[in-house]
Amino acid sequence: MTPSPLVEISGLCKWYDDFSALYDISLTVAEGEKVVICGPSGSGKSTLIRCINQLEGHQQGSIRVAGQEVRPGMKGIEAIRREVGMVFQSFNLFPHMTILDNLTIGPIRNRGMGRAAARALAMEYLNKVRISEQADKYPPQLSGGQQQRVAIARALCMQPRVMLFDEPTSALDPEMIAGVLEVMETLARDGMTMIVVTHEMGFARRVADRVVFMDEGEIVETAPPEAFFSAPRTNRAKLFLGQLLAH
Amino acid sequence: MALFGLVLAAVVFVAWRVNSVLVYNWDWSRVLGFVARIDAETGQWVSNLLLQGLFTTIRLAFWGTILAAIIGLVMGYWRTCDTLALRIISRTYVELIRNIPPLVFIFIFYFFISSQLFPALGMDNIDRNSPWVDNAFFRFAFGEPALFTNFMSGLICLALFEAAYITEIVRAGIQSIDKGQWEAGRAIGLSRSNLLRDIIFPQAIRKILPPLAGQFITLIKDSAIISLISVQELTFLATEVAATTGKTFETWILVAAMYFALCYLFAFVFARLERRAGRSTR
Repeated sequence: MTPSPLVEISGLCKWYDDFSALYDISLTVAEGEKVVICGPSGSGKSTLIRCINQLEGHQQGSIRVAGQEVRPGMKGIEAIRREVGMVFQSFNLFPHMTILDNLTIGPIRNRGMGRAAARALAMEYLNKVRISEQADKYPPQLSGGQQQRVAIARALCMQPRVMLFDEPTSALDPEMIAGVLEVMETLARDGMTMIVVTHEMGFARRVADRVVFMDEGEIVETAPPEAFFSAPRTNRAKLFLGQLLAH
Repeated sequence: MALFGLVLAAVVFVAWRVNSVLVYNWDWSRVLGFVARIDAETGQWVSNLLLQGLFTTIRLAFWGTILAAIIGLVMGYWRTCDTLALRIISRTYVELIRNIPPLVFIFIFYFFISSQLFPALGMDNIDRNSPWVDNAFFRFAFGEPALFTNFMSGLICLALFEAAYITEIVRAGIQSIDKGQWEAGRAIGLSRSNLLRDIIFPQAIRKILPPLAGQFITLIKDSAIISLISVQELTFLATEVAATTGKTFETWILVAAMYFALCYLFAFVFARLERRAGRSTR
């Protein structure tokens, strides 16, 4: 039996008034696959992954997650969102709750899990991101890197089948980045399906099965990381990689 | 320091004017007799008009704060809703009340709405002798059963008026919450009601606590206006006491002190609440 694709996007279009944000995007991600999306800012990378869990609605095309079609304004979107974890550039932890409560609120409210079970689950994931000793603190008391690791644990607590990362290291100080990437790599080794928007090319080389290069709302090139970084086929990709290396 | 001296000088000057120019006879005893008196039959101290008025004002403040907070919270949320109908309702409510003087609103409310609505709701037919009404708790919470309708029209009027301002405070509070908080809540699959209850409202309330406290204190002070529709609260009864005794200065100074104590106490409680809320977020 061939594994059915976990995320299936075809002919996706999205526009704001007369500005086209995404145009004719087709992308299939299989269970266990790791896809890195890169491209210049404003190329629609974030918009694309935000469509997958419908933080943004699309106008045309279809998105299927674990076989279920995702539509803007649909009822029961919560059931799909529990399969899709998301990590944001700016962490977005809930500042009025302890770290532990940040992690347990999702399982308790969405999955109807008991408080004790949710706590046990949360501690397990906090251990995984090596931050369990901070469980009773509040988010603003933690460093950026720690907060992002908590955010990863919060998403994992929903036991999702796919994880979306929206530039998870872009808001971090350089010395904090390594810890977050390490957690992400461990996650990848454990077999999690991941779609990662990032400029961390080292991470892409080590972890990605495929690199998707986007520009101006379109997918320009899709290739395995080695091929993409050493011999990009399109001029736009060459230009982008040149700029990345130059700085 | 210079300012304090100036104020002191002004007080001394006014006192001197009152004493020597108006030849005013200060007599606190008559006014104080209206705070509390000894009941001729039982020989015990009982509250008199001014204290009764103060209690009514406190009841108005208590229920008014709760009612205004509920209306303000709902309307404030509606102001931020995606549903157009809810936005129109709440916006109309706010604009209507904010752009009419309180006095005019109170008259309109009293003569057109409460005089029509309350009989229709059967409020006038409440049996004053039923055990639901004629008991100690009811008297403690709402005052004399005979004055209940009168009290309610004053209360609803006051709450509706203040809630319009609370609506705007709540709206500002909700809108001040970062978009990322909504997104993070949605991303972990929270329903809209859970998102509001667990994520958005708790943060918004902490932010709006200071302006909210100010509005609640304004509510206490504004309760004086509804003396105009004969609600027997502090200001209404003070007018009667001042007229009966002729001791205008004493009466109003005493009443001012009562309002001050009440509002200051309220501000103090809220300041403590604020500190507690601040501790947990940091």
